Amino acid sequence: MREIQLQLNQTQKLRLQKVLETLQSQSSIPNSDSSVTISDSISVNHEDGVLKGHGTTDHNGDVVATLCGIVERVNKLVYVRTLRSRYKPEDGDIVIRRVVEVAQKCWRLDINCSQNAYLMLSAMNMPDGVQRRRTAVDELNMRRIFEEGDVICAEVRRSQHDDIHLQARSQKYGKLNAGQLLTVAPYLVKRQKQHFHHLEKFDVDLILGCNGFVWVGEHVEARDVMVEDPVNLSDPQVLIPNENSVSLEEQDKNYTALETRNYICRAANAVRVLSTLGFTITLESIKEVIDLSISANLDIHDMFGCEFCVLVAEKEAERRSSSKRKR
Amino acid sequence: MEYVSPEGLRLDGRRPMEMRQIRAEIGSVSKADGSAIFEMGNTKVIAAVYGPREVQNRSQQISDRALVRCEYSMANFSTGDRMRKPKGDRRSTEISLVIRQTMEACILTHLMPRSQIDIYVQVLQADGGTRSACINAATLALADAGIPMRDLVTSCSAGYLNSTPLLDLNYVEDSAGGPDVTVGILPKLDKVTLLQMDSKLPIDILENVMQLATEGCKAIANYIREILLENTKQLEYRRGS
Repeated sequence: MREIQLQLNQTQKLRLQKVLETLQSQSSIPNSDSSVTISDSISVNHEDGVLKGHGTTDHNGDVVATLCGIVERVNKLVYVRTLRSRYKPEDGDIVIRRVVEVAQKCWRLDINCSQNAYLMLSAMNMPDGVQRRRTAVDELNMRRIFEEGDVICAEVRRSQHDDIHLQARSQKYGKLNAGQLLTVAPYLVKRQKQHFHHLEKFDVDLILGCNGFVWVGEHVEARDVMVEDPVNLSDPQVLIPNENSVSLEEQDKNYTALETRNYICRAANAVRVLSTLGFTITLESIKEVIDLSISANLDIHDMFGCEFCVLVAEKEAERRSSSKRKR
Repeated sequence: MEYVSPEGLRLDGRRPMEMRQIRAEIGSVSKADGSAIFEMGNTKVIAAVYGPREVQNRSQQISDRALVRCEYSMANFSTGDRMRKPKGDRRSTEISLVIRQTMEACILTHLMPRSQIDIYVQVLQADGGTRSACINAATLALADAGIPMRDLVTSCSAGYLNSTPLLDLNYVEDSAGGPDVTVGILPKLDKVTLLQMDSKLPIDILENVMQLATEGCKAIANYIREILLENTKQLEYRRGS
């Protein structure tokens, strides 16, 4: 089995084991036969009219799993939800990833799924915020917007069988600056209403990408350029600033305060701890870990210590049991 | 040379129908999509699976199914005498091909069109039966990577020495030059996907030896299934609702 890879001493081992046992007892899985491995038959009570969903196949009239995971039943549909697998895009997901290629009229992003995704030039807002047809000049200037290696946040527009198309039609999407990109297993990030979070206490932005990438960075005010009067803006091609001449003023603007940087690291480490323990990554759990580390008076680099990991695990078990009781 | 003593014990103290101890571990390579270590006695193999991902070489892209690639290598320190082998020697190319064909037959490649799956297996310790150990490790790694498969492929070898069928040959028995049958099966579908033999064997004895190897495969399949189920449960428990 995939064990938590930490070097624990004897007492910490025992404590962790106890936590895992409590988590097991609290788990919402009703019985053992809901988790299956490849080629296990799934028992179907109502024999006729079962819809076989993802991860299942037919073998001599039996429903057989083709994946390791948890059996989910929705009315007549039976499917297997995998845990460790690559990201499967769904419409409207928030994804974060680096640009791998600037192609004609589009950027290609490797979003940790079976294929690269496309972000069309026409599917994103221009930096000047003007709505117009994309010209050949815009196409030539694509590298001024995103280059290879830039971290981008976007939304999945259409995930058909063949191509995955992204869009970035709002100011909150686009290039991410001043922060850390973290990789976690995609099954740890749940689809929620809100994937953009702002931790006001620490002035840190948190974006939970559905494809298993988490962005922790300096807070940026998502200002809507659209509101500004477009008449004041001169010709858009002239507007693009020359990147070589960064003025002192601009440098000052790009400077991140030490305190904020510390908080970014702290939040990033909180995500890392949660991902090594294999717990779901949500805003609440991250906040809790940060608070725990602050209340324990731990330095940022001490957050990877075994003691803290065990502490987080214990806290999480406590939280889950209390939330269960409330229900 | 005597490979089975009059008491019916083999050189390493096993009975003829006894398998070596098997051990499996999932998730040994953190950056890979799926990975596993598989041990059969002193044979130890590590496997890592990457994908399904974008095809690296566009010309190899297949429009209706996934491309499966496999690379087998033997660590220099894996054998008794340390040998520096060139990377693409005949033996490893052949085994790569065997593993690739076996795994490709059970992966549902049509569900992942225009993508690529890479399987890397490396022998860390060689003590006979590396071929079957590699297939078992690759199966575990593919299952860990969440790649849909028809069935778990498992493989086991069997031989025939001193007029006794022997299950799961080790290095000494393997290098005796006798017949060595490697069988790979799909346990649920009850099908044979791999059958290889060195040297010659009368047809009626082959049947027995193959039967023995098939039994070995089934035993391994049960063990692998247990490991995978335990792994899935643990992940789900930790993730919570």
